[in-house]
Amino acid sequence: MPIYGTALLSACLLIGLSLGRFVGFLLGVDADVGGVGIAMILLILGCDALQRRGLMKPPTESGITFWGQIYVPIVVAMAASQNVLGALSGGVMAILAGALGVAVCFVLVGVFARFGQGGKEP
Amino acid sequence: MMQLLDIVLTKNGLLTAFAVVGLTMLISYWASEKLTRGRLHGSAIAILLGLLMAALAGGKQGVADIPMLSGMGLMGGAMLRDLAIVATAFGVRMEEFTKSGVIGVVSLFTGLFVSFFVGGAVAYAFGYRDAVSITTIGAGAATYIVGPVTGSALEASSEVIALSVAAGLVKAILVMIATPFLAKSIGLNNPRSAMIFGGLMGTNSGVMAGLAATDPKLVPYGAMTATFYTGLGCLLGPSVVFIIVRALV
Repeated sequence: MPIYGTALLSACLLIGLSLGRFVGFLLGVDADVGGVGIAMILLILGCDALQRRGLMKPPTESGITFWGQIYVPIVVAMAASQNVLGALSGGVMAILAGALGVAVCFVLVGVFARFGQGGKEP
Repeated sequence: MMQLLDIVLTKNGLLTAFAVVGLTMLISYWASEKLTRGRLHGSAIAILLGLLMAALAGGKQGVADIPMLSGMGLMGGAMLRDLAIVATAFGVRMEEFTKSGVIGVVSLFTGLFVSFFVGGAVAYAFGYRDAVSITTIGAGAATYIVGPVTGSALEASSEVIALSVAAGLVKAILVMIATPFLAKSIGLNNPRSAMIFGGLMGTNSGVMAGLAATDPKLVPYGAMTATFYTGLGCLLGPSVVFIIVRALV
């Protein structure tokens, strides 16, 4: 049943978010540190274990893949609920502080992406 | 009749959101194929349309401030967004993450310190001379969550905190818009560079939307590193970064 997949997915996220909060607590910050990342690892390991035991049936998988496929529309809804005017209302300084950082990081992505690959080549 | 429709749409907000987003996607993919011949990805157009709608609506939560479209806030909120991100990891092999683990961590710390530094430098250039304000605005250049968290921890003025949130929003929106256009030139087309991208940019909404508009297959990799960014920023901002800034000014 698809709900098994969705239930597994939800459980992974709930456990991940709790562990992320706990890591935050250990570090002394009131924030989630890596919750989604932990949840992704749990899902990969969980699905792997189920597949090996032959318990992962196609309907169960569909309960997970549906959410992955609806990802882009959810992001569109997220974009439509952003405080776009708030971003512009901060004036020149806020725009510069945000934009310059982004520009530098885009350059660094290019540098880092090339850097390691060059090292791997024989 | 209009009133009746209004009641139904408002009461079933999430369904209204599904229908509106579905229509947006339909229009965007059509426009992508017919108007740009597939050069601009349909999801990139859809995200741009979403941002445009949010700007026109003008609310703090974009279109979600309109009662009829309040379901947009739920559909695009943290809960369903995180659920969908985790679901994209289905079918990914564990080695893909561990293979680029080291460069991912390096990107994470580099991204945070670069944002703190650039944001702080801009604040300094605009006449801020106290360590609290400089750190808070620098934190805002990391993400719009790190900004206010750092600001409240350091007891920054509400004006400075508002500026830090605005800087973070500018970053998120800019990453959403610019990523699909710059992806090719920065080599953002494989899991490894997606993990680097997630770590350097860090802004969750920006990374998610930017990768979705570039290539949805890259989403889990970018998300894996970006998910640590805000938490680490909240940790480093009021502590290490503040101490460094205080020593400098």
